Amino acid sequence: MIAALGAAACQGGQARPMTRRPCNDARIAPPRGMDGYSFTLAGAELTALASGALYWDAPNLLCVSDLHLGKAERRARLGEPPLPPYETRDTLGRLESDLRQTGAGTVICLGDSFDDSAAAAALPEAEKLWISKLQAGRRWVWIEGNHDPGPVDLGGTHMAELPVPPLVFRHIARSGQSGEVSGHYHPKVRLALRGRSLSRPAFLLDSNRVILPAYGTYTGGLFSHDAVLTSLMRPEALAILTGPMVHATPMPRRATLRP
Amino acid sequence: MVIDEIHALAESKRGDQLMLALSRLEALCPGLRRVGLSATVEDPPALARYLAHGAHPCDILLADPGPDPDISMLEVSEPPPWSGGGAAYAIPAVLDQIKRHKTTLIFHNTRAQAEIFFHNLWLANDDALPIAVHHGSLDRAQRSRIEAAMTRGELRAIVCTGSLDLGIDWGDVDLVIQVGAPKTVKRLVQRIGRANHRYNAPSKALLVPANRFEVVECLAALQAVRDHDLDGETRGPGPRDVLCQHLLIRACAGPFDADELFNEVTGVGAYAGLPRAEFDACLTFCATGGYALRAYDQWQRLLQRDDGQWQLRDPRSARLIRMNIGTIQDSDTLKVRMKRARGGRPLGEVEEAFAATLSPGDTFLIGGQIVRFESLREMVVEVSRDAGRKPKIATFMGTKFATSTQLSERILGLLAQPDWPDLPAGIRDWLHLQRRVSEMPKAGHLLIESFAHDGREQTCIYGFAGRNAQQTLGLLITKRMEELGLAPLGFVATDYATLIWGLEAVTDAASLFDAASLRAGFESWLMGNAVMKRTFRASATIAGLIQRNSPSTRKSGRQAVMSSDILYDTLAKYDPGHLLLEITRQEAMRGLVDFGRIEEMLARVDGRISHRRLARVSPLAAPLLLEAGRTPVKGAAEEWLLAEETARLMQAAGLAG
Repeated sequence: MIAALGAAACQGGQARPMTRRPCNDARIAPPRGMDGYSFTLAGAELTALASGALYWDAPNLLCVSDLHLGKAERRARLGEPPLPPYETRDTLGRLESDLRQTGAGTVICLGDSFDDSAAAAALPEAEKLWISKLQAGRRWVWIEGNHDPGPVDLGGTHMAELPVPPLVFRHIARSGQSGEVSGHYHPKVRLALRGRSLSRPAFLLDSNRVILPAYGTYTGGLFSHDAVLTSLMRPEALAILTGPMVHATPMPRRATLRP
Repeated sequence: MVIDEIHALAESKRGDQLMLALSRLEALCPGLRRVGLSATVEDPPALARYLAHGAHPCDILLADPGPDPDISMLEVSEPPPWSGGGAAYAIPAVLDQIKRHKTTLIFHNTRAQAEIFFHNLWLANDDALPIAVHHGSLDRAQRSRIEAAMTRGELRAIVCTGSLDLGIDWGDVDLVIQVGAPKTVKRLVQRIGRANHRYNAPSKALLVPANRFEVVECLAALQAVRDHDLDGETRGPGPRDVLCQHLLIRACAGPFDADELFNEVTGVGAYAGLPRAEFDACLTFCATGGYALRAYDQWQRLLQRDDGQWQLRDPRSARLIRMNIGTIQDSDTLKVRMKRARGGRPLGEVEEAFAATLSPGDTFLIGGQIVRFESLREMVVEVSRDAGRKPKIATFMGTKFATSTQLSERILGLLAQPDWPDLPAGIRDWLHLQRRVSEMPKAGHLLIESFAHDGREQTCIYGFAGRNAQQTLGLLITKRMEELGLAPLGFVATDYATLIWGLEAVTDAASLFDAASLRAGFESWLMGNAVMKRTFRASATIAGLIQRNSPSTRKSGRQAVMSSDILYDTLAKYDPGHLLLEITRQEAMRGLVDFGRIEEMLARVDGRISHRRLARVSPLAAPLLLEAGRTPVKGAAEEWLLAEETARLMQAAGLAG
């Protein structure tokens, strides 16, 4: 009964296409079998996947941000409590499943892929091999982040930023830019639902840019109502909540939630 | 070393930590004398074993208990309502008692109820008697002012919660009123003791049941007090999360030898039976995290030196460990202040989850005044004064006490009586009617009633296992019902029963209570439940995996701390046998999940289930239909709620396609 209700409500609620700004009115379906929210940015047809990855169909490109691989190692190195050392395999497992489903030929990791450069070097051999396996037969680009500013000892290309017209991929959004895909802030959104509140990592998007949620397993987040995000995003910005399914909502701009 | 109110410590992890710390002092200063004081001890020899170190003898001295308290139920002309906990019906009678006494303490079980009751009392306070409200979420300065005014004898009444259970001796208190059933006999005795501190005069106390069922509960509690029959939870072995913290703190003080420390620790009563293997598992957890996957061993937190002693790898981590000493779990709260240019007067705290549901203009009660929510700024809830409107109520998670096992047994005993001459006529009629149209719940039996009401099939389970266990039972049984295709929609739990409603009638009640499948449900899917995650968070914080305080926190905002749920999910997925999950399962036998009482109920009932199919609502089930705090059956529900809300927001913003 509940499940039936849920399905019905989701079909209605998840109006994938957008009919007005910030994005144009193209109606695009997400890749087959995947839940996602499709939109266009600077003319590029993109899909925000429920997993937190961004898929661009035309160049067959998958973009993920802020993997923070090796966080448990770095934290332990700094004398902090030893976290369960499973975050790298969990993150890679999810990435592998997204790659399998999209069949992407290009992967862009949008910075902070490693919790720091030493964490990248200290990855267990099995996990390095797993990354090589994922890289095989694909173009792979590491964009540099603030946590991992230098090249790492793994395959793939290293770049400060990557233009793929009409878009540009970089770690931290710059104001005044358009067609920009970035990460860094780990945006998340909190909504009040009949007396309880629920928070989810989210894409933020407007006519100039999309900011990706953190893809890594061990990552916290910054609420969309934080000043840095409200000043960066246009007033009509949307938030695309990730999780079991995607949900689009006007980007919450205040710490209070009900309009 | 003198430990006052030792019974209260013996019930909590604070006490376990204190006793571990004392074992350390004992090692530094052998023969240290310990004295424990308490006025409410149900089992003195057990408490003596708890207090004494190792095999040291502990004398038990019994003081003259003084005269029995003068205790009764408050007589109110109006009968209590069918459900709820506000006791608003009793306001005039309580006000009358305040006028007839010098100083009255009015105890409540929850902060929210104290706030509402004080608000109503204030509205009815036509003589402008000086009265105040006092609870743990109020600003400290405000609490101190109230305490000072009380000591000076300036207040006629204080509406309060457990914040005044212990510690402060009010010379002039001549009446204690307990609003709502006291839930445990011991707490009631403790509260009664707040009145009249002269040992040779009886304390005077009145009980105010908040609803009809509580009349029965209050009567049972009164009888228990008269019989000097105190209840007490038997606590299991010393909690291992506290032990982990102790090991870390011990390492901060310098290198230690594991064998010596093991001997020290097992000198503590609660840890006397600790197997060496469990001690070693805790030590491994502190050192490396204790994961099945051994990774990053070069960075382990504690390391063993060549001489066999253990020490911190990085002495700087001592600071972090020390900043996180303690076992009290604060829920995430936000400060509440009056909005002013330079930061107004602090009023107290509300829970972050509650603050998240506020919009500008919403009103709520705090410290007895209605305030209007203005904004949330830098983790401070800013409010302005706003009299006159009906407030939304601040929700404090606080503790929802469950009725103790002993008190529940007494209630069942009371219900078994052929008649109830001690109860008011309305309640007697109600109980007689229950016996006529259905049957009375009995000890050693499980009564289940099914009836259609409101277009739904309703099933009422009289488990008498206490609120938390009845809530968990609701989760488990609705899950079973879902598997059986009975389409449950939701449930509500009280201390004595769980009411479930759904689309299909329950015909084979016994199959729902198959112990093996309930246990399997507990082990499998309940482990993914939010209450379990809260239990985990508490233990992971105490054991030192999660740190609430660090030199750099009060977060820079960005990339704030990841939630403990992520750690829980990761462990459950990759390392299900991990020590912390084992501790979480053990903790879930008590506390919020309280699965131990479900087990106890199943054992008590031993398959004796009477299932009554009724034509309509039974008298005992009726109050549950009015009970607040209904839990919808989850599952797809969360995604469904999200989809509904986001669609509504898109529509409102004119963005919907």
